[in-house]
Amino acid sequence: MSLVVDSVAKCFERFPALNGVSLTVPQGAFLALVGPSGSGKTTLLRILGGLEFPDSGSVHFADLNWLEVPARQRRAGFVFQQYALFKHMTVEKNIAFGLTVRPRHERPARKEIVRRVEELLTLVQLEGLGKRYPNQLSGGQRQRVALARALAIEPRMLLLDEPFGALDAKVRKELRVWLRALHEKMGITTVFVTHDQDEAFALADLVAIMNAGRIEQYGTPADVRRSPKTPFVAEFLETGPQQNATVQPRALNGHS
Amino acid sequence: MRRRYPTQDHPLLRIGLTAVAVGVIGLFLLFPLATVFSEALSKGIAAAWEALKEPDARSAIRLTLLVAAIAVPLNAVFGIAASWAIAKFDFRGKQFLTTLIDLPFSISPVVSGLIYVLIFGLQGWFGDSLRDANIKIIFALPGIVLATVFVTFPFVARELIPLMTDQGRDEEEAATSLGASGWQTFLHVTLPNIKWGLLYGVLLCNARAMGEFGAVSVVSGHIRGLTNTMPLHVEVLYNDYQYVGAFTIASVLALLAIVTLVLKSLLEWRYADEIAATHRH
Repeated sequence: MSLVVDSVAKCFERFPALNGVSLTVPQGAFLALVGPSGSGKTTLLRILGGLEFPDSGSVHFADLNWLEVPARQRRAGFVFQQYALFKHMTVEKNIAFGLTVRPRHERPARKEIVRRVEELLTLVQLEGLGKRYPNQLSGGQRQRVALARALAIEPRMLLLDEPFGALDAKVRKELRVWLRALHEKMGITTVFVTHDQDEAFALADLVAIMNAGRIEQYGTPADVRRSPKTPFVAEFLETGPQQNATVQPRALNGHS
Repeated sequence: MRRRYPTQDHPLLRIGLTAVAVGVIGLFLLFPLATVFSEALSKGIAAAWEALKEPDARSAIRLTLLVAAIAVPLNAVFGIAASWAIAKFDFRGKQFLTTLIDLPFSISPVVSGLIYVLIFGLQGWFGDSLRDANIKIIFALPGIVLATVFVTFPFVARELIPLMTDQGRDEEEAATSLGASGWQTFLHVTLPNIKWGLLYGVLLCNARAMGEFGAVSVVSGHIRGLTNTMPLHVEVLYNDYQYVGAFTIASVLALLAIVTLVLKSLLEWRYADEIAATHRH
């Protein structure tokens, strides 16, 4: 039931986004893909979600040729960087979407959907906000709606693209702890993209450090930190936090 | 004296510019419009009413409404399909398709009409086979509809392409990953996000469809009571020195346009919040 990515390569208009990436993620693990922008981490995540297709290589998950499963049948809960909530639907409708679009014979009864939505709202600590629209919520709340919406389809895998990228530092830290706790509870194989190595090392069971479409090093946070394999990794571990400061304007604004 | 805001100009300049703007609008928009109505009513309301009851006039009004009722829904569907493809997918020849959509805007309507005469007319490419099959396209309703569809094609697409491009693909991708089919995604995610743009596009398309002269003139054959639309009928009456009749039909056209605009403003006013929520700009 593990996720096996084998020599996956992908080009965009001759610009190589992924240059033969291979990794194996055990069932239920929490993997962080870390690296500077343009390193191919989001492309890999989108391939896992079925939103992008590699030019070569293979992906297997739960004994399935994952690339042959259409995106809508993968049940891969995807949380987008900008949340991609449905603006014209209430929070409840957003969360229920994945259940309501199921074919009639698979769709739960209306009452069951309502119950599940309530359950998820409690899980993401947004009780009582079900009737609101996304633009009436704060960034952190939207993030949790996006997560609840992804969890509603009982995902086989959870894919998070810079889930905290647009949030300020304080909310980031809180959500981080919460997400880790949630993962412990649900045990869903989770892949998580971030450019923030602090975040990656604090959250993940496994980290893959990516650069220019390749994985520079793959292992547990402790191993990677103890013995960086390439000069890039060593430098990335050192300069990571400073880099982060420049890409978090909102966090900086808070202090000025 | 009260101090001016840094961005505020001298009062005289402000009054002068306002006067110029009002003057231009009055002279070029309101005055001609008022003339249309006053000419129509110059012999009294009874005369205008008689002109409206005239069978050829009624036939022209019916034909115009019928053509718009066919052309506008077709172009709404074509426009949505084209903008959906252009905004949400990458494919070879996308730029070419975008240019193609603008084509009807850039060529003269008369030429648009002639194209159909050349293709479907008696001397045209399909002239013989159409005659053998007893199908009339030119100088008949199908030709008028075709010419109108061609000329008004860009309105819906032009309105939707920038809007849909701006909205990006995130929500559609989210819907897909949540298990929605293409049709469900379109119906529950894309369509609600574009409905206001779509409405504007349809209203503009409708206004032009009812008012189109050049292209329709070429394919219609000007058969009174049969293939004359309202704008063509206005011309026929005007050339016959029947000014009251011409301006009465013109007034009806103008009224249809005004109703369209009022409808649009009412909807904008009624749903201002919702429009602000779904538009990002």
